[in-house]
Amino acid sequence: MTLDHAPKSSMIVCAHHLSVGYGTNVVVAGIDTDLVAGGSVALVGSNGSGKSTLLKTLAGLIPPIEGSAEILGRAVGETTAEVAYLGQYHRNALSLPMRVVDVVRMSRFDQRSRWRKRSRIDDELVDEAMRAMQIEDLALIPLRDLSGGQRQRVRLAQVLARRARLILLDEPTTGLDAPGRTAYLDAIAREKSRGAAVVIATHDVSEASTCDRILLLAGRIVADGPPGAVLTPENLLETFGIGLARVGDRLIVTEHMHNH
Amino acid sequence: MIEPFLDNEFMQRALLAGVLLSALAAIVGTYVVLRGLAFIGDALAHGVLPGVAIAAIVGAPILVGAGIASVTMIAGIGVITSRSRLSNDSAIGLLFVGLLSLGVVLVSSSRRIAGDLESILFGEFLGIDSTDLIMLAVSLVIAVVIVSATSRALLVSSFDEDLAQAMGFGVRAHYFLLLGLVAGTVVVAFQAVGTLLVFGLLLAPAATGALVASRIGTMMAVATVVGVISSYFGLLASYHFGWAAGASVVLCAVAIFFVVLFGVKARDMVVRRHV
Repeated sequence: MTLDHAPKSSMIVCAHHLSVGYGTNVVVAGIDTDLVAGGSVALVGSNGSGKSTLLKTLAGLIPPIEGSAEILGRAVGETTAEVAYLGQYHRNALSLPMRVVDVVRMSRFDQRSRWRKRSRIDDELVDEAMRAMQIEDLALIPLRDLSGGQRQRVRLAQVLARRARLILLDEPTTGLDAPGRTAYLDAIAREKSRGAAVVIATHDVSEASTCDRILLLAGRIVADGPPGAVLTPENLLETFGIGLARVGDRLIVTEHMHNH
Repeated sequence: MIEPFLDNEFMQRALLAGVLLSALAAIVGTYVVLRGLAFIGDALAHGVLPGVAIAAIVGAPILVGAGIASVTMIAGIGVITSRSRLSNDSAIGLLFVGLLSLGVVLVSSSRRIAGDLESILFGEFLGIDSTDLIMLAVSLVIAVVIVSATSRALLVSSFDEDLAQAMGFGVRAHYFLLLGLVAGTVVVAFQAVGTLLVFGLLLAPAATGALVASRIGTMMAVATVVGVISSYFGLLASYHFGWAAGASVVLCAVAIFFVVLFGVKARDMVVRRHV
């Protein structure tokens, strides 16, 4: 089901007393948060803080340990057609003999029954996604012949072509050059204006500042709110173990926390 | 070049078996290469030996023994990949060596089948009969149907397991389906090329296809052509020089892989110099 045909519901994500982790090992506990259509939230934290784990839980890759997480009013993993997920890069992807356009088309595989051919809508969404990430000229090039930044654009085009109501992105700007980053930000803005909700996991505070809200994570939620209210030196010190302060568009280190 | 095939019915049957086997191995081998399952596939191929040996000792059909051994091996891989604290490669390697050793011990301790050890390990391509051909043809049709029905899930799982799971494809179920296809191919193919060589036919043509193709369908087509060429020249070499037929076919396939590999590398070097 694509966004255009789906019944609209303003609440996309709703987590209640949620604990996420692997097996019985809790990585982040006590998550109470939600996300409405057209909204965006950045999960920010250092390595091992649980941002990717929370993202994987929302994508239905790992089950919640405690509490509940709902996507569009249903348990995670039950709304896969409405979710687009960009995980960390998979090494196998490079060895596949596939052209760029085939890789982007792949993201439409679950949107129609096995024996039905690609529809006009599938082709339009794939073309639109490739244009958005400025990779139309690479359509017939094998994926393995591209640079790391170009491959990241292809993966982002895969996400866009799903036309999902919830977009989950793990470190989406890895390897992107300045034009690629601009194309990505423009595309995400368009997805939001269409009503998609966006969740981004990143350790880059500047990138997180482009979202409506920031969730600072350090094994628990340190702070949750608009960037201006959340990015305080105290919160950043607790999240990263170093004091950071915003000076214009830049972040500067102001102090180090010991025994963190 | 073609007289041996025109004059001898056993050569015609062997070549037809080679063609059917090439198509089957190309379809299954393509996904083995794409998913990076070469080691598990090799272990699976060797793991059928004890089943074959036990079947031969008790007088049961060899294929039944090989089938049971394959299912046991897949179950073992399932347990290892879900519960082991070791790396999967180490545990599967030990399972593979253990089953291979058990097979050799069983074969060598039974006077009844000790003489058959060579044919079990290296196959009897020239001894293919019409029943074997029918079985290969039926297996090919089954593989085509299964892969056609699941190709999207197999492809996305090969590209990125997390992406496949997030899209709602049953990653683990398709993983075991693929292992089942590998096991099925091994079971119907080992009589031609033997348990030690069967995986060469699964891997070498598909790997060659991966070197030159930019689409999955092309990769399968190239793999089939490489398999057929290998069968033809392997059987021809076996006829003229008295070489073991199964080994000659696999040797041809592996030789083609390395020729193409070096060709592709040389081409890339030339292209880089001109850029």
